[in-house]
Formats: sequence, structure tokens, C-alpha cells
Amino acid sequence: MRTLTKRVFGSRASATDRNAAPDLAREVERELGQTGEVGRLEGDEPIARDPVRPGAPKAKAPNRHTRQHESAIKHVTGRAEYIDDLPAPDDALHAIVGLSPVAHGRLERLDLEAVRRFPGVVDVITAADIPGHRDIGPVFPGDPMFAEATVSYVGQPLFAVAATSYQVARRAAQAAVIEIDPLPPRLDPVAAAEASEFVRPTHTQSRGDWSAALANAPHTLEATQFVGGQEHFYLEGQACLVVPSEDEGVTVYTSNQHPSETQKLVAEVLSIPFHAVTVENRRMGGGFGGKETQAAPWACMAALISRRTGREVKLRLPRADDTRATGKRHPFSNRYRLGFDDEGILLGADITVIGDCGHSPDLSEAVVDRAMFHADNAYSLGDARVVGHRARTHTASNTAFRGFGGPQGMMIIERAMDDIARHLGLDPLSVRKRNLYRSVQDGKPRNVTHYGQEVDQHPLMREILERLERSSDYWARREEITAFNRRSPVIKRGLALTPVKFGISFTAQHLNQAGALLHVYTDGSVMINHGGTEMGQGLHTKVCQVVARELGLDLVTVRISATRTDKVPNTSPTAASSGADLNGMAARDAASQIRERLYDFAAEHYQLDRGGMRLEGGELVTGVGNVTRRMPWGELIQAAYLGRVSLSATGFYSTPLIHYDRDTGQGRPFYYFAFGASVSEVRVDTLSGEYRVERVDILHDVGDSLNPAIDLGQVEGGFIQGMGWLTSEELKWNDDGRLMTDGPATYKIPTFGDLPPVFNVELLEGHPNSQASIYRSKAVGEPPFMLSMSVWSALRDALASLVDYRISPDLDTPATPERVLMAAEALKHAGDENASAQQRDVHP
Amino acid sequence: MIEFFLNGERQRVTVAPDTSVLELLRGPLGQRGTKEGCASGDCGACTVAIAEAETGDQPLEYRTANACITPAHQLQGCHLVTVEGLAHGNDLHPAQASMVACHGSQCGFCTPGFVMSLFTLHEDRRAHPGPPLDAERLESALGGNLCRCTGYRPIRDAALDMSRQPDHRPAWSEDPALDTAVHGLGRIPATDDLEPDTFLAVPTDLAALTRAMSAHPEARLVAGATDLWLETTQRLAPLNALIDLRQVKELRTIEETPDGWWIGAALTYRELEPLFARHYPALAHLLTRLGSAQIRHRGTLGGNIANASPIGDMPPALLALDAKLRLASESGIRELPLDAFFLEYKRTALQPGECIADVFLPRPEMLGSLSTRPDTLGSLSPRPEDAPGEATPTSPRVELRAWKLSKRREDDISTLLGVFRWQLENVPSGEIRLVNIRVAFGGMAAVPLRVPTVERILEGSAPDIDTFEAAKDALRNALTPMNDARGSAAYRLTAACNLLERWRLVVEGGEGSEGDPSDTTEEVMLHAYAH
Repeated sequence: MRTLTKRVFGSRASATDRNAAPDLAREVERELGQTGEVGRLEGDEPIARDPVRPGAPKAKAPNRHTRQHESAIKHVTGRAEYIDDLPAPDDALHAIVGLSPVAHGRLERLDLEAVRRFPGVVDVITAADIPGHRDIGPVFPGDPMFAEATVSYVGQPLFAVAATSYQVARRAAQAAVIEIDPLPPRLDPVAAAEASEFVRPTHTQSRGDWSAALANAPHTLEATQFVGGQEHFYLEGQACLVVPSEDEGVTVYTSNQHPSETQKLVAEVLSIPFHAVTVENRRMGGGFGGKETQAAPWACMAALISRRTGREVKLRLPRADDTRATGKRHPFSNRYRLGFDDEGILLGADITVIGDCGHSPDLSEAVVDRAMFHADNAYSLGDARVVGHRARTHTASNTAFRGFGGPQGMMIIERAMDDIARHLGLDPLSVRKRNLYRSVQDGKPRNVTHYGQEVDQHPLMREILERLERSSDYWARREEITAFNRRSPVIKRGLALTPVKFGISFTAQHLNQAGALLHVYTDGSVMINHGGTEMGQGLHTKVCQVVARELGLDLVTVRISATRTDKVPNTSPTAASSGADLNGMAARDAASQIRERLYDFAAEHYQLDRGGMRLEGGELVTGVGNVTRRMPWGELIQAAYLGRVSLSATGFYSTPLIHYDRDTGQGRPFYYFAFGASVSEVRVDTLSGEYRVERVDILHDVGDSLNPAIDLGQVEGGFIQGMGWLTSEELKWNDDGRLMTDGPATYKIPTFGDLPPVFNVELLEGHPNSQASIYRSKAVGEPPFMLSMSVWSALRDALASLVDYRISPDLDTPATPERVLMAAEALKHAGDENASAQQRDVHP
Repeated sequence: MIEFFLNGERQRVTVAPDTSVLELLRGPLGQRGTKEGCASGDCGACTVAIAEAETGDQPLEYRTANACITPAHQLQGCHLVTVEGLAHGNDLHPAQASMVACHGSQCGFCTPGFVMSLFTLHEDRRAHPGPPLDAERLESALGGNLCRCTGYRPIRDAALDMSRQPDHRPAWSEDPALDTAVHGLGRIPATDDLEPDTFLAVPTDLAALTRAMSAHPEARLVAGATDLWLETTQRLAPLNALIDLRQVKELRTIEETPDGWWIGAALTYRELEPLFARHYPALAHLLTRLGSAQIRHRGTLGGNIANASPIGDMPPALLALDAKLRLASESGIRELPLDAFFLEYKRTALQPGECIADVFLPRPEMLGSLSTRPDTLGSLSPRPEDAPGEATPTSPRVELRAWKLSKRREDDISTLLGVFRWQLENVPSGEIRLVNIRVAFGGMAAVPLRVPTVERILEGSAPDIDTFEAAKDALRNALTPMNDARGSAAYRLTAACNLLERWRLVVEGGEGSEGDPSDTTEEVMLHAYAH
């Protein structure tokens, strides 16, 4: 086994010194003194892994994998341009959207005369001004561009105003007279589900006789859980700039994960052909799913104003408007009924997940599906039924967010693992390990999910868990923490190890396709363009690496340009972690076409043996040993051009093997699974509810990494973002359905000091993807997000110590200090009562 | 018109009073490297470095600020440094080079702000070499910058890596005349070119200030603007008539008396750090939890009080210390106990034309109860810095704890804040009594307040369970806190009572949280929050 190791402060903390508060500086200085490096990667694969050395000269070899982000220098010098930085002419208009102040009601009057008369206002639009489609629902109808007869959430667009400046437009929007006859808002998704208020039909997956399995199980438990939503809090808010073009068209510059869909919607709103709309995105200041469908409305509005006025229009949502108007991660209300044996091994399961979808379908069909697909996480449920409801409530339409329902689905089974352990007096890790997917158990196959997909790499998952169990010193720490908790009345420590198994592919099969466009210019420089968008995840860097690798070039020879719908058409959103898998393959396809053409040309033109040709080190190499012939890339390209060889190619890729039948709830929706596991240790003040995450160990599977530095960044960033979701990031609506936490003053994402002082993160190495993905890598965008579940489980572990681990505490998320304190108080009061009061053992 | 330097270049621009530094940069000056993330001073994406010319020939010191809530007119006589001004040609500043080398940027939108925080950290360490960076210093420097992508580990590495990068300096730093040129601009902007319906006054003494307030009752007072500016960026209120307090010399001094200090209301939190660190470690610790570095560099003590928010951090602490105010107006100066200042939600005892001039902070030793006998309780003897070289304590130490609860440890506003002051007294029977009690809370009512009923129960009582249980009952009866985005009323009340319990445990434990950190069984709170 080869490992990619990142040295982190205190990572080698021994069993004896781990109680000491880590002295960051000293650790760091020591690390520096010993190795002269900080935070670098060490690998032992000679060509494929390149150590990052801060301050070291740029790597000389072309195809080393660890490369800095293609825009890194532009980022740090302020030269990287985002939408609001794009130059616009002096007569450009600035648009602002007028939002509903009411969650549910009949729009009785929308008087915009004062807005129109406001000095500096140039145009005002409402639904009546839309020449084409008024409903811009991305998959299913239900999202009016502007509300008409009824309003469905606080923050729903009612009109847009364009003025000579941003401030004027904002002030003008306030002059609107809006009269809404309020109706009672529906804000409780469980009540909505009970009343069959759904945005999409309920879906069920089941396998085996789950009902009999539950009835016959030696133990059964049931519990419910609320899993909170999450605001994306991309640092760059929703923004677009629309430039009217000749004829009837527009060019739309937008911070957007799905340019093709925005192209479609803009064209449909304007009632013009798709070819009249070009959508471009160079980079986003963060997306996380929040700009998959919900970047389009602003582009539609700005495009309409731009066509009406013939002027450039910039539309940038102020942060509070952005937070109110756009959907979030779905809050979920989950329930399980589980049957298990004396060992804690699941025999049967009946799991229900209710996604709070907000007012419209948006992507909720697929989001709740993914929650259902992940209600098993890494565990064989036995005979199981999983039911998914899509509740309609009067909030913004909840949408894609890193993990796409998967995290919310996994939470219920991770809760169950802890609950089973407490019920049987076992350690939660033992229960988790016993339930991992495996080949067979008691003569029954345990390697097939409740939706019928075989988990082919399940031994890898077990290996990850067991390696992490050892490297994190789990059992010695468990013992020490239990002893600590016994003697510490106020401060309680908790420890938990949780796995992740995450399915990779869009569950909407048709989205699993990608295109690329590659040009080689006559100086040999290469331009690659593909359908994916760059939101910080390093996709463009990886795609450039793929092209450089295929053509044997230095990375500086390959440049990437903005994503544009007139270069690569009909693209899928950059989502579902699939950006590199799909677009990397498409780029590889394009590059390999060029390569083959060059081989053909060289074989014929120079009378060379085509068999042994290769492109490496910026040269075409033929032959072996002493008879090797080398031709510089630039010369080859010039000759090929003169030889009238096409130096441009389109690439295409579609993922093989995947299928899913929604009628039967069975299939193989995922091309493969990505795995990982994490161990978190927390320290909780049970008087205040305050806590600190003190140490985290992660081992994560990315197959053969395309770029270890970028992948580590995704693993760490995903973990911290997930930790925020489960701890401090709290969405609170008041009784009128108004979001109270509408900005960073009240909505608290993790900050610098929340970084665990000890943070050991490793990428699993030596385990290429079992499927033929791009260079046998695995997707990395979403899976690490769910590594954060160990933080939540560790908090429950710490709380359970208050009652000698006899009760598995309720702890809904986000587990704010308030929730932790209230859970501690509940446990203290329950201390002397029946230990199983929290979970009813429903078996007679 | 204001004159200042931007990345070494002299600028002369006309700005309306409600223009922010960010709007000036991204608009008229065309410098769009500085980003807007929230326009409320909470995310740090717009972080810039500002060096303010002070008196004398001090070298310029660069401090971070949130450009989105810094009034542009306050740039007069300053050197403003932005992300565009760091690299020297193709040579990146260490703050930039280390971010590249350590993969510190992903989407890159927060990066200019982080780079500026790293830049000021690096320059500060260049000017004032000290011990290696520790976690506290890093958190203090970087806690006001949000990153949604990286999870901060690479940024932590970058901060530690700066000292290893080639020490390229910005081009402007090679200009030996720059500091002098900045000093030469003066701090008072010309206002003769303002639009007719706008007003800006930058008085330099108290008399001019009170005159301006009297003549322009419509004008808003502005100091750090860290709260006021949200009225324009978030609520679109016009701020076209301003009186700036930051150049009023009386408001910018600390007057030391035998009893304590009169602290000028326009002094920033950062400027108070040394005083607090020396005399009130609890307040110094509280400052580390107040806003972010960007906020502490601009926000003022007077602003925190005059703002009268029920969740301001300083008022409960000052209430527990019997602070008083000097209020100034054209008719003169009056003193008022802080206790009498907060009337109801966001309403204070300030009269029209009146402002807070100074805040009196008593010396710790002046807070001692006269009845306290000085002979026992060695465990509570003064800390060395309070009584250097004294072998025998003269009185039991006055203890103060300020405990802030918030969703997030850094850069968050209090959900609730409890401040507790006490001394222990030996009575002739040999028992120990709590004396000299103050109990103050923020976030538990419409105003920051003391809770006299709780104080009365504790005063003179034994620090035992019965006493504190009675105190909790009294607290529950005295306060009905609010439900809001930061916490429910039930949580606030439960947590407030638990803070009394924590207090009891601290008293019971003697040294309490100040004890040996390795003796974990003695812990009554987390180290990250303890002081």
C-alpha cells in the first residue's frame, strides 16, 4: 500500500501527549525545522506524484500531477475577474429585483409607478412584459420568473428595475407599492407531507420482505430526526451581465454552473432561438450547487431588460436579497424503524425521508432520490424499504447543494448506528463495522443496495475504516476518553468514526455526457474548452492536465478559456461531482483524436513507424534506444498545418453502464462509489453547550488522483463545509416565513478558528477506480462533505457520556451550542429515568 | 475632496459622505481586485490595509479594515493599500507567494481579502519582530476573513510559510518619501466641493464637535462606522450628513487618574488592547471575541456604548465595573453612571446635541470592598502584573469574568454575555463570603443591564450551592429574554443560569479555569473560551 501523506501539525500526537493543548506554533516550527516544508504532499509514485514545495521553483516536468490552480496567481493579485469586475460601458444599466415581503398570499396590487418615476430609473419589468415563457422551472414547471396571481415565499421576485446605478436601482425598488392578501404559510414539511402537499410524487425503493424482517428481528428501534438545511454562502453572490448582440440576441456573462440551461431559459423567455443566446462563464466565486438552477432567473431578467433597452445590464443581488430569493440545501425530516440482531447487525429497515422542497419542484425530485439512494450510507440494510416524500412549503425552492440530498439521507442511518450501539451497550464503531457492505453474511448476500446496485469495491471501504481505526488510535483514545468523562463533571469529550460511500453519476441518466473543443494553433499552443464550469474546484486545472498529458506537453502550453455555449453546446451542469469525470474524458477524447491525426501525418510525411510513436516532453518520439527520433512539438504542428491536417477536434463522452428504473426503484444509477472515513474528537462544555472539534483524522478515496493538491483541497474544504452544516450554520425562519438569518451577521459559516488544531488528512493511494474513469481517478467534489458526520456523532457521543452511554441523545442539526446545551439538559433530567426512554424498543 | 495615497500613488477625489472605501475603489478608481462579499463587514472579502498618519514621524502602520463599511472620507491623509499594490512587477509579496505555494485559493473570491490580512500580519511582524506565530495570533489576524472553499488549512499553512518566501516588497515601499508625504496631507478633508444637500464635518476638538452637533442636529455621528454604515449598505438609509469624531483630540486620549482612566470615546478597540491586557485580562479576552481584526481596528468604545444594542459586548462588562460616562454638549460636560445610560431598546440618556466624550474605567484595586480583610486567600492573590514585586497581597483580588456565548467563537455577536465580579471575604467565623458582587448581562433584555436581585442574593452569602440556586431562581424571575435568530428565550435563560453555575464552580475551584490546563478534572469551561 502506498500512501499520500500530508503532514499536519501534531499529526503524530502520541497517546500520552494528546491531552495537551496542541501548541500550533511550536509544532509548525518543528516541522519546518525538520523538513523545511509545510503542508506538502509526500508521495512515492515517481512520476505521477509531485511534491508541493512552498517557494520551490515550478515543477519542470510537464505531467506531474500536483499543480497549482490555473488561476492562482490571478487570485492573489486581484487580477482574476468575476462578473461584477467585468468592464461595462458608462451607459450600462444596473438591475435590482423587487421581492415579495409575504410568504403566501394573493397579489392584489403591484403599483410600480413610483419606481418608474424614480430619478435614474430606465426600465421596470413584470410578468406582463415577458414575450415568451413565464415559467422558468428548470426541470418541471413551477417557477414563475415573476409571481403573478399568488406569491409563494418571502423573497419571490415580483418585478425588476433597471437604473443608471446600483444604488439608484436599490432605492427605486423600495418605492414599489405591493399589496398582498396574506394566506397562512405552510412552513412545516412534516405537516405538508401528512397533508400530501408534495411538489413531486412520492417514490419508494424496496428490496426483500422488509416487513417480515422487522417483525422477526430480535430488536427493533425507531426514531425521528430533523436535519437542517444550509445556505450556500458562495462568496460571490448571484450576478450576471447581459450584452445585447446584433439581430435579436444576447450574450450573457453569468456566475453559473449550468450555462446551457440558462441559454435555453433566456431564449425561451425572450422567445428567440437558442442560437441567438450565448452564455459565458470564466469562473465563479463559489457555487456549491447554488448556481446550478438558481443562477438562471437573474440572467433571464437582465436579458429581457437588455433587449428592451438595447443596453448592457448588470444584475447583482445584494447579499440579503440573494439569501432570501434563492433556495438552500433541503432540510429533511427523517424517520427509521430498524430490526437488528444481538450483534447490532441490521436485518430489516423501514426508512422515510421527507425533503422540505420549498414552493416548487426545482431539482427536488432528484435531490430526494439521492437522499434515498444514500439512506444506507455504507451499510447493508438487509431487507429494506426507503420512502421519499417531497414536501411543498412556502419558502424559496430548495435546490442543489454539494451532496445533493445524499448527506441528509445518510444522517438517518448514522443516527441509527449510534442508537443501536447504545441500545445494545456496544461501541458505535463496532456496530458500524459489522454493518458494512460485505459479500455474504449468514448465507445472505450483503453487497447489494436497497435499489439493487452491487457495491463492487466493498472490501476497500472496510480497508479504509480499519486503516483509519488504527492510524487514529481509535480504541486507545476511546478508553482514555471514557475514563476522562467519568471524572470530568462539566467538560465531556466525544469520539466517533463515520464512513462515507457516495454514488457517482447524475441520477438523471441523460446528464451523464460532456463535450470538449480543442484547438492547436500553428505555434503549437493549445486551447481547450469544455462544458464544465470553474467554481474553485480546480476543474480547469485538471482538464488542462489531461490535455497536457495526452499530448505530452508542458502545462503552460495548454490554456483554457471561458466556458461558452457557442463553443461546446448542450452541456450538463457542473454538478454531481462529475466535472472532471465527464469533461476530462471529453477533453481526452479530443486530444487523442489530434494525437492520432498527428501520428498518421508523421508516419506518412516522414515515413516513420507509427507503431512506437509517442508524444512526451514536448516532442514526438519514435523508435527506441539508439534509433530514437525526436521532433519538437512546434515543428510537428507547423508541418502538420502545412500538410493540411485539421488541428481542431471536438471530444465527447457519455458514461457507460448506468441505468435506473423509477417504476421498480431498482437499477445501477451510479457508475461507481467513492469512499472515505473520518474520526472526529470533540470537547463539549455541558454547562454552556460550547464545543470545540479538537482532532480530525480523514482517509479518503479518490482512486488515482488527478491532482493530489486539488483533491486534498476538496476533501478538507468539503469536510469543513459539512461541519458548518452540522454545527453552526442555522437557518431560522420566523412564523411569517421570513428568513431571519439572511446574511453573515447571523448565518455563521466556519471561520479560521474552527479549523481543528489537529487535522490529519490523507488520500488513499494504490487503489485505482475499479471502473474506467479518467485515469482511474474518482470524483471528489461532494463525497468528502459527508465526512463531517463524525463531528455530529462525536457530539452525541460526548453527550451520551452524561448518562454513562445508556441513552443515545436526540441531537437535531445544526447542532448549535443551543441544541447541544438543550440536549445536555434533557439528558441530565432523563439521567435517572428509564435508560431507553429516548428510543422506544417497539419489539414486544 | 479627499487626498490620500493608494498603493503609493497620490489620489485626489471628491466623494459624497455616504461613499464607502469599497465603492470608491471599485467605482471611480477602477480598482476591482477588492471584492464585495456581504457589504456588512462580516466576510472580509473587501479587506484592505490602511495606514493612518498619526502625529510625529512614526513609520506608517498598516491595519486591516473592511472597505465595505469604511467611510471613504476617512481615507484623508492615509495610505490605502489594496491587493493590486503588493506585487513588485512579477515578484509576488510573501503574502501572495505563500498562498500560491500552499494552494490557499480555490474559487479565489475571498483571496484578495485574505492576502491583505496576511500582508498586514507580515508587515506587522517585520516592524515588530516577535515570537513565532501562534494559534491566537493567527486567529486574531485571519478570523475576520471567511473562506467557503478551502477549509482554511492551506491558508494557515500560507500564513506560516510567509517567512520562508523571498521577501519581495511592494514597489511603493521603496519610496523613502512616502511616509512623509502621507503625513503631509493632514487628516481634515476639504468639504467645499460637496453637493449642496450633503454635510460633513470633521472637527478636531470637543468644542468644535459640540458646536457642529448643535448647528446640525440632523447630522449623524460617525466614528468607526462599523455599525452605522450598515444603515446605508443594508437598509439604504441616506447618510448624507455626518459629523466625524475620529479627529477630535479629546476623544482620542486616555486620561489616567489615581482612581482609573478616562478613556476617549473615539479610541478603537485595538487601541484599548494594551490597557485592558495590563489591568483587565477578562476585558482583553473579551476583545478577542469582539468582531474581527478589521472591526477592532475601526470600531470604538464610545460607539459600542452609544449604539445601545442589547447585545453589544462592552456594556455588560463596563456595567459590572461601575463605569461612568462623560457626556459633552455645547452647554458643558456632565457625568452619568453607565447604569443610568440605557433606558430602553436602543434608547439612551443622551440629550439632543450631546455625545459620549469619555468612559471612566476604575482601577481594579479601587473596586475592592472596604470590609475585605487582606490577610488570607492566597490563592486569589493579585497576578504578578497587577502588583509587580510585591510579596504580600494587600487585599483579596477582585475577580472578573466576562463569558460570551455565541454560535461561532470568532466574529460573532453575543447570543448572551454574562459578566460577573466578586471578591471573597473571610468572616470571623472562618467562613467565606461573596462580596462586592456585580452581575451584568447582555442579550437577556432590551438593554444591557445589571441584575440587582441576583446581586443582593449573592452579596455577603457563602459561595455554596444553596446560594447559587437561589441566585438562579432570582435570575429566572428577573429576566425574560427574547427569541431571535441567535437563540431562543429558553436557551438564553438556561444558559444564563448555567453561567451562574460555572461561576460557582470557578469560586469553588479556587484558581478555577486559571489552573494548570493539564489538570483536566478541574476544568469548568473550554480552554478556547477561558481566561
